[in-house]
Amino acid sequence: MVDLSIRIKDLVFKNPVLTASGTCGFGEEIADFVDLSKLGGVVMKGTTLKPRQGNDYPRMAETPSGMLNAVGLQNKGVDNFEKNIYPNIKDIDSQFIVNVNGSTIEEYVELTERINALDKIPAIELNISCPNVKEGGMAFGVSCPSAEAVVRAVRKVYDKPLIVKLSPNVTDITEIARAVEGQGADAVSLVNTFLGMAVDANSRKPVLSTITGGLSGPAIKPIALRMVWQVYNSVKIPIVGMGGIMNATDAIEFMIAGASAVQVGTAIFIDPTIPVQIVDGINNYLELNKIQNASDLVGCLQI
Amino acid sequence: MKKTVEELLLIKNTQLNHDNFRLDLKSSTKLPQIFPGQFVNVEIKKSTEIFLRRPFSVLDVDYENNTFSLLVKILGRGSNVLTTYQAGDKISVIYPLGSSFSIPGKDEKVLLIGGGSGVAPMLFLAKICGLDPQNVHVLLGARSKQDHVDITAYKHVGNFYHTTEDGSLGEKGFVTHHPVFKSELTAFDRIYTCGPDLMMKAVAKEAAKNQVSCEVSLENMMACGFGVCLCCVEKTIEGNQCVCTDGPVFNINKLTW
Ligand SMILES: Cc1cc2nc3c(=O)[nH]c(=O)nc-3n(C[C@H](O)[C@H](O)[C@H](O)COP(=O)(O)OP(=O)(O)OC[C@H]3O[C@@H](n4cnc5c(N)ncnc54)[C@H](O)[C@@H]3O)c2cc1C
Ligand SMILES: Cc1cc2nc3c(=O)[nH]c(=O)nc-3n(C[C@H](O)[C@H](O)[C@H](O)COP(=O)(O)O)c2cc1C
Ligand code: FES
Repeated sequence: MVDLSIRIKDLVFKNPVLTASGTCGFGEEIADFVDLSKLGGVVMKGTTLKPRQGNDYPRMAETPSGMLNAVGLQNKGVDNFEKNIYPNIKDIDSQFIVNVNGSTIEEYVELTERINALDKIPAIELNISCPNVKEGGMAFGVSCPSAEAVVRAVRKVYDKPLIVKLSPNVTDITEIARAVEGQGADAVSLVNTFLGMAVDANSRKPVLSTITGGLSGPAIKPIALRMVWQVYNSVKIPIVGMGGIMNATDAIEFMIAGASAVQVGTAIFIDPTIPVQIVDGINNYLELNKIQNASDLVGCLQI
Repeated sequence: MKKTVEELLLIKNTQLNHDNFRLDLKSSTKLPQIFPGQFVNVEIKKSTEIFLRRPFSVLDVDYENNTFSLLVKILGRGSNVLTTYQAGDKISVIYPLGSSFSIPGKDEKVLLIGGGSGVAPMLFLAKICGLDPQNVHVLLGARSKQDHVDITAYKHVGNFYHTTEDGSLGEKGFVTHHPVFKSELTAFDRIYTCGPDLMMKAVAKEAAKNQVSCEVSLENMMACGFGVCLCCVEKTIEGNQCVCTDGPVFNINKLTW
């Protein structure tokens, strides 16, 4: 028997596989396909204080080995989360993490306080990297001073594990990672989507209503993997790695490069059973290679 | 109804006209119940260029043999590759997805209007709505005679009418120019429609004007098909809603058209 569990601060995940925010709803939406308690965790759809309608349709474009999205954080707000979502998920045996978003530091703080009051939410993922909103979002995640300011403010009101989700749309992601570590982040998750664009040659118009959008899927995997490795060499806090993970081998590669846990996003659209298949695949890999603990894989890259 | 991801066996691929194919798929287990308007999301693995699944409405179901069929019209890369699959090939689908058309009351008179690939759910609905065929009127529109699919197998379920833009089959013009639509609209209790946006909007406008209940089936572009990506949204009076879970079938009084 191998031990798949991993830890972020004092929080134990039964295995290193989480679903990524914005790709699994609140977990319930994929419950027909998978037993949610088999997952290490579920990072739920980006939540804001007030409901958001998101951007206009079209919000999606298929691209080579990936897709662009411009959803723009459509969600029903935290009141709805507390009333209609939380009661359904609170007793499921997995870690349900809220992806926290805001347009101002005050909004991030207020939302974090609301989530802090919910016993069964063991951690938050602070999203300072959404490329699809006009205000806030990625703006906070692309400069050290603004990233530090949000994390500092949120850290003051939150005592459970704080994961900060980083944008890859920066010159040097390790600077931002070190900056948020310095303000007390317990872990970093990376990467959010890459800013991209699609053009329709026939109509000579942009495909997305917002012109630009966020690129995800296997197309971004090598870049995401490189960033995880760089950040692993720059900070001491654990890393949650993601970007184009489609199978157990991809996930294992992220762990070898330095990720303590991984998130599976766009792959869910292709097959919602993939995250659970990845859990089984990591288990088999560890058994086959006679590795006792999943955590022994983390950062074991041999150079 | 529980949704599943399942590898189905393609048992037959029949070319219906120059760009429409009927695919018959078989499940190795008991089929879930599937209602008219619902769709399946199909993985097209044969081409590595196609990353996302493609949604297709269910055309017909045979519970005895655990088979159902799709009507696939070639539009772009994905639909093109899908029509090259042959009997014996395995195809992964996620199904059954989305909402269905509301079933008419047993004495109601209904008008079903299909255009392009929107013919599939109309034929399925006509077949199983349980009405006296006299009360089922199906109006199909296409550009030209060669674009219409053969409906012989469905003839007995209702009265069929065709329009073509060039007049090569049935009435010349759009579906909204057909006499059954123009002069008898208020005789219908319900109108159902699926097809190109412009067609559905024209139908919806007349239905609203004449206060006839009307349901449309939308074909917004999708990434997941089961409500997690929020990419397929349509503006409704209750805000943005997902076509893949709140739809694809919507009553027009819910839309902002
Ligand atoms: C619920 C639902 C049910 C459907 N039922 C059927 C059916 O029964 N039979 C059938 O033949 N088709 C049906 N469709 C449409 C079908 O999904 C598309 O034709 C198919 O996805 C096109 O894929 P492709 O790879 O061939 O085209 P692509 O190469 O992806 O696209 C070709 C061109 O068409 C445009 N396009 C692609 N998909 C759509 C779309 N959904 N709406 C508007 N423009 C689009 C693209 O932007 C591009 O310009 C349905 C769609 C939905 C959402
Ligand atoms: C449709 C869609 C919606 C997303 N929404 C969010 C979100 O609300 N919050 C967030 O932090 N990341 C969001 N993401 C980013 C993913 O969580 C993930 O970081 C990214 O897609 C890369 O991983 P992948 O290639 O496995 O999808 C979204 C991604 C997609 C494709
Ligand atoms: S296609 Fe993903 S939510 Fe509708």
